[in-house]
Amino acid sequence: MDEAVAAVEAALGAGAAYADARVMLTRSEAMSAQNAEIEDMRRAESTGVGVRALIGSSWGFFAVADLSPASVRRAGERAAETAKASARVAGPALELAEVPSVVDHWESACGEEPLSVSLSEKGDLLVAVTRASLASGARLAQASYRIWDTDKAFASSQGSRISQRIRECGAEMSATAVGDSETQRRSYPGIRGQYGTQGWELVRSLDLPANAARVGEEAVALLSAPPCPEATTDLILGSEQMALQIHESVGHATELDRILGWEAAFAGTSWLDLAQMGSLRFGSELMNITADATLPGALGSFGYDDEGTPAQRVDIVRDGMWVGVLSGRDSAALAGIPAGGMVRADGHDRIPMVRMTNIGLLPGPHSLEQMVTETSDGILMDTNRSWSIDDRRLNFQFGCEIAWEIKDGRQGRMLRNPTYTGISPKFWGSMDMVGGPSELTYWGTPNCGKGQPMQIGHTGHPAVPCRFRGVRVGVR
Amino acid sequence: MTSRPEPDAAALADHVLDVVGGRADATVSVQRVSDGLTRFANSFIHQNVGDEHTLVTLELVNNGRPAAASTSMVDDASLARLVEDALTAASVRPVDPNWAGLCPPAPQHFNGVHYDPDTTAVGPDERAGVVEGFVEAGAGLESAGYCQTTTVETLLVNSLGQRVSDRTTQAIIDGIHRDGRADGCGSVATSSFADLDGYQVGSTAASRARAGTDPIELAAGRYEVVLDPRCVAYMMDFFSIYGFNARAVQEGRSFVSVGEMQMDPSVSIWDDAGDPRHFGPSYDSEGTPKARLDLVKAGLTVGVTHDRRTAARSGAASTGHAVPGGASMGALANNLFLGPSSTAGVSSEELVAGVQRGLLVSDFWYTRVLDPKTLVVTGLTRNGVFLIEDGVVGPAVSNLRFTQSPVAALAPGRVLGIGNDASLAPGGLHFSWNHAPSLRLEHWAFTGTASG
Repeated sequence: MDEAVAAVEAALGAGAAYADARVMLTRSEAMSAQNAEIEDMRRAESTGVGVRALIGSSWGFFAVADLSPASVRRAGERAAETAKASARVAGPALELAEVPSVVDHWESACGEEPLSVSLSEKGDLLVAVTRASLASGARLAQASYRIWDTDKAFASSQGSRISQRIRECGAEMSATAVGDSETQRRSYPGIRGQYGTQGWELVRSLDLPANAARVGEEAVALLSAPPCPEATTDLILGSEQMALQIHESVGHATELDRILGWEAAFAGTSWLDLAQMGSLRFGSELMNITADATLPGALGSFGYDDEGTPAQRVDIVRDGMWVGVLSGRDSAALAGIPAGGMVRADGHDRIPMVRMTNIGLLPGPHSLEQMVTETSDGILMDTNRSWSIDDRRLNFQFGCEIAWEIKDGRQGRMLRNPTYTGISPKFWGSMDMVGGPSELTYWGTPNCGKGQPMQIGHTGHPAVPCRFRGVRVGVR
Repeated sequence: MTSRPEPDAAALADHVLDVVGGRADATVSVQRVSDGLTRFANSFIHQNVGDEHTLVTLELVNNGRPAAASTSMVDDASLARLVEDALTAASVRPVDPNWAGLCPPAPQHFNGVHYDPDTTAVGPDERAGVVEGFVEAGAGLESAGYCQTTTVETLLVNSLGQRVSDRTTQAIIDGIHRDGRADGCGSVATSSFADLDGYQVGSTAASRARAGTDPIELAAGRYEVVLDPRCVAYMMDFFSIYGFNARAVQEGRSFVSVGEMQMDPSVSIWDDAGDPRHFGPSYDSEGTPKARLDLVKAGLTVGVTHDRRTAARSGAASTGHAVPGGASMGALANNLFLGPSSTAGVSSEELVAGVQRGLLVSDFWYTRVLDPKTLVVTGLTRNGVFLIEDGVVGPAVSNLRFTQSPVAALAPGRVLGIGNDASLAPGGLHFSWNHAPSLRLEHWAFTGTASG
């Protein structure tokens, strides 16, 4: 904490109107296996301080790895000098939404220290599950896990002093079958695996061994399955694909920095107009989306964001109406709303920016079984395979690994290469069935790219299966 | 704890190698980075960032059992922990039957090609000056983008005696101008900050934005296209990762088949880290020196990119394309060029003049692979699409979604012209920048409009 405080004081001394600093120590570990052999095993440690200084219309930010007193002070001064340089191309002065000054420590819950589980046990797990997938006919069987253990110390010029320890981990596996003209892949538990702010108990709960043979068999079966027909039909999505649907078409679309044009050159903007918040229908009345950073164990959970704002739950879509955004102190001030506590950086060396927390769909009154039973002609798709959406987050085309025909209320033959496309509010407006609380999964996405320089964010997406009416599928 | 406040890359690497001693074969890489990026939106600078760090990476092999560790902490205690961590990890894992040994001593073919000492001294004031020029070129429009300067010093040593080093600089201006919903883009990427003319790049972006207002809706379908260099460079990331990557080829996941005419005879593709028009280090993450590698010569597929693992599997030599963490990714080309195989290219105006009815496309966006083997991808146009009729660029067209294999689009007979306007532009998977010209292609399959 001393280093963070010294950096803040140096930035103030160099002319910053406001400054904050994060000292971070991150230990990480990753291992991957293919076809019953360990392919890669690496550990990493990184530390440093990142200092943010606000002058006029611009943030200045500077990061160093060296935590010596002189280096830390110099980082604070350079953050302020960098902000001053922005005055050559200046805009309206930035204000910050009020947040309370806090002195606190927070830790994510962790049952079994993931870095303490023996490497040989972890390696045996990956080897065993890839061997099982291989035995079921797949040509390539892959499995991996990743662990992050992060200590943060945050200090602001408004008096906050917050320390946090966040442990994250998760695992994934896949089987790929190779045909003459195409490949087919099945993943478990999803294309991005499953990650959370939990200990190794999360990986144990996934039970990779119980699913290894199945994914191999399904990958092989997909090679000879008929293709998903080109049609406009009823579409049932499994919860893993729903997580992707929420992430891309709701999460990014409601990031306030995008709506304000701050990400226009790269990540893009949004089809949403701030003036319509509170009056625009985003989807059907069954659509209730929250941004909730307080969910225990979900990947987008924390105690405080990287501006020192407490984690909170914010309604984004309520009964189908767009009512909220993802915000930080600067963007919230511009929009005239309270700070959302949704600003994070992927390391000490990156400037914090608006990031999704746990953006999830609240469960509804239905079940997946009921959706199938009540569909006379449709398609059930699951497990994301491809994702593409325009720079306003309006037009999307997503592909899944697997699909099944639904005829007269029964799940029928397997279909390969399923895709569907839509326009966001029309698609969400067609949602007429939403799975119940027992089908809720807190999916974790550990690879959300945004910003320049690019940052990789960890986001959570509570999701349940849903049904949509009249969707264009089988796009080629 | 003994600290090293001014870490010297060579001393750090040698120290780590000494700590490993005879306990394992080891490769030590030291990377010192100084990065500055000035970001603007709504026509003013809103984020201005800088970062300095040193990263030490140790890859070691103990009796055929490899493991890796890295740290940004360069005091003696942290470096000792780095070594012990890697040794511990290696001791508990199974033998790796695909381990291909350390890179033997080999001289670098070039060094310092992409280094400009003046660029190392550039700070936020100078970057703001470039941004100012970009913004001023689009008076009345909204601008957004970034100007970045980066200096990287690298050094790699291993237990066999390989010792290579390099210094590189990068300077980039990349941005858009917006006129309502119409965007136009421009960029320059180079090793020398002096090459950045913000006003000139901004003028290119502004003219496209102004021409893009009041777009017409066009029905989905197959259209002849003239793709700007930015579109072609965008697609080349897919070639690198899913195509010419020897690992993808060995596993049957790639379209690449060496010895077959897979592209039009007018097209060649090669990788050349030593070409001053590109940037990046002169050796790969295993220490293998980089050299020019032909991948497609006059439409004929002639090569793939290898690291030491894939090379050993194929009985070949590494081509110097190992990447960090590549044991599971394969070997990737990150200095790609696409160009005409024989005659010089023609101007973009001449490419357009040959089109009876088609589309001029400025940029692609959010493109992802539907099938890696056929390399069918889906994505959208961005930053300007224009209808071409009777050889003349006409009205702007609303953005379109496409579903297309870029390999099929470049198949024999389908490349109708190559431009002489090649430039370095960002790849679509954010993996690399690629050097590419405009291409006139017989068709590109647009499968929907961005509005529905």
